[in-house]
Amino acid sequence: MGLESEIPVLTTSVEKMVQWARRSSIWPVTFGLACCAIEMMAMSCSRYDIARFGAEVFRGSPRQSDLMIVAGRLSRKMAPALRRVYDQMPEPKWVISMGACASIGGVFDNYALVQGVDQVVPVDVYVPGCPPRPESLIYGIVQLQRKIAQQKLS
Amino acid sequence: MDADALYAVLQDTLPGVRMERASSIDLQETFYVPAEDLPTLARALRDRPDLQFTFLAELTAVDFWPREPRFELVYLLVSVERQLRLRLKVRLDGKVARMATVSDIWPAANWLEREVWDLFGIVFDGHPDPRRLLMPEDWEGFPLRKDYPVQINQKVQSSSPMQMSEDEFRANVQKDRLSRG
Repeated sequence: MGLESEIPVLTTSVEKMVQWARRSSIWPVTFGLACCAIEMMAMSCSRYDIARFGAEVFRGSPRQSDLMIVAGRLSRKMAPALRRVYDQMPEPKWVISMGACASIGGVFDNYALVQGVDQVVPVDVYVPGCPPRPESLIYGIVQLQRKIAQQKLS
Repeated sequence: MDADALYAVLQDTLPGVRMERASSIDLQETFYVPAEDLPTLARALRDRPDLQFTFLAELTAVDFWPREPRFELVYLLVSVERQLRLRLKVRLDGKVARMATVSDIWPAANWLEREVWDLFGIVFDGHPDPRRLLMPEDWEGFPLRKDYPVQINQKVQSSSPMQMSEDEFRANVQKDRLSRG
């Protein structure tokens, strides 16, 4: 951005403007699957306050969201539902895989659970931990914001 | 009514039923019953006015593989009126693994039997809706059997077919339109 002398106007490119708008107003869809969701709720509440990073508007409807935080272990029977929620989200959309279970199956190395949600939806950021502390998830969201800020429009 | 009295009453009403008293560590009255006698006994337990076991609290199974008879079905009964509890067990052979349904006696058995079928593969003859309950409907194998490969890794299905046919869908839409006038 450059400040033109004498004229009170900020100039920038459309791309930078859109990147800024997207990363500053992430609306996550409410998709808590297990204990990770408790940490996700803690992150969104006043103590950790994800509103500082502009991502506090959790929506109950995927059609109003652009981020899916997969918080918890995903069972095989739940996988089609997760995919359907993801498909219902409008573009552009991002996915955070929160915790060990969502990322690689965690301690549940068995027939019932999907061993990593990247088999079902494309994942942008993996947050490690069991469960990750709210700070970790905030760090994951900040990483996602940096990623969004680098996404080209074309 | 203690265990002895209950046993005496049951022997008295159903002399043909071969019951075997079992010791249980929690001092709960427990009887082993042959599989073919269970429906008769169950109906008597529910309908006798001095027993009134009208509540099937739990129906589950245990797998003792590789022992034979392999499975044990466990029925936990409660009589609210008489303040009684009773545990019935049925031994089932692994090669046969069939049992008559009790869902016509206690409707609560419907989903419980579906669960046992789903996870142990025990068939309930006469069940009104013998589908899987917890696992996907096209799942192969019975996960709670001791010889089931728990760490099996299959391809993940990320889409499921619609739960109704196109005709059913259209009929539902039509019904919805009519109801709105």
